[in-house]
Amino acid sequence: MAEFTLPANSKIKPGKTVKAPAGAKRPKNFAIYRWEPDSGENPRLDTFEIDLDKCGPMVLDALIHIKNDLDSSVTFRRSCREGICGSCAMNIDGTNTLACLKPIEEVKGDVKIYPLPHMPVVKDLVPDLTQVYAQYTSIEPWLKTQTPPPPDRERLQSEDDRKKLDGMYECILCFCCSTSCPSYWWNGDRYLGPAILLAAYRWIADSRDEMAGERLDELEDPFRLYRCHTIMNCTKTCPKGLNPAKAIAEIKKLMIARH
Amino acid sequence: MTTRTRPLSPHLQVYKPQITSVLSILHRMTGVALVAGTLVLVYWLAAAADGPAAYATAQGWIGSWLGYLLMIGWSGAFFYHLCNGIRHLVWDVGCGLTIDAATKSGWTVVFASAGLTVLAWVLALNFWG
Repeated sequence: MAEFTLPANSKIKPGKTVKAPAGAKRPKNFAIYRWEPDSGENPRLDTFEIDLDKCGPMVLDALIHIKNDLDSSVTFRRSCREGICGSCAMNIDGTNTLACLKPIEEVKGDVKIYPLPHMPVVKDLVPDLTQVYAQYTSIEPWLKTQTPPPPDRERLQSEDDRKKLDGMYECILCFCCSTSCPSYWWNGDRYLGPAILLAAYRWIADSRDEMAGERLDELEDPFRLYRCHTIMNCTKTCPKGLNPAKAIAEIKKLMIARH
Repeated sequence: MTTRTRPLSPHLQVYKPQITSVLSILHRMTGVALVAGTLVLVYWLAAAADGPAAYATAQGWIGSWLGYLLMIGWSGAFFYHLCNGIRHLVWDVGCGLTIDAATKSGWTVVFASAGLTVLAWVLALNFWG
């Protein structure tokens, strides 16, 4: 059920403020969601004023600068710093994106940073992704066949059939889209969400996969698929420019076509 | 540590409203408003069937400034729900699902429903008032 307010243990309290050293030429405030599992306290919003001359252009650069030089306890996931691993997905300035791809100068005023929305928080900006990963496993994201492969080579695909996977295979599973979706917020326990449905359609649309019917059977459910109400937050927020809303619409069309 | 003791990250509180999401929740809200409007319509018809006295009471209530305000609201909800419903039908055939197209169709629906509401009231007040 939809609960529009945060539970008592999740309400955000004001936190500390760290000022930039005197003489900072380009100061900018970063308000960062903090929660320490060991403290027993509610989450808080800490504000760090940093000198933009001291760090790189992206929000991730600022976070790394804060962790290195101001507060080593600030916790976040990051790896590739070039938008290919999906680790640094978070809510920046009101929408979900990858910190490494988000230029600081795109944000007017203070930069507010929260974990991916409506997720259990492990620490600070690190959400617990157990459920989305389990949902990803549930769609069996691998090539499933009934016929044996050719004995002398791999299963081939025409160029046109390969092109049908463009805009889907690029998904890096950062879950910016799923955690931007109000339907997923309210029904995430049963609705699969945009990221998983995009992945499901990636296999349904694959000419080499022979289990499209069974895949559709698994999705034909009032919650798993049909909680999508075309709100489009998913497509709007995807840092890779993919279109989960379109993929979900294609699945719905296939559902109608086979009846 | 179990998931239950973990805090839930903020969602509605921090997520920026966008034209697409605002129009989506407006579709839901106008749908609910139309249900309430339909109940008033049923009351009005029932009053008409009941006789002149009951009908006069109904007319008196609906003809008050509050009645007019609600009727304008309901007609606006009707035209918005109708226009956005057509937008949803177009989406259902797989068209118009890019950010650009959805933004344009969204604003089209806003202006079309506002225009239709004004037009309906101009016609109603001038020709059937």
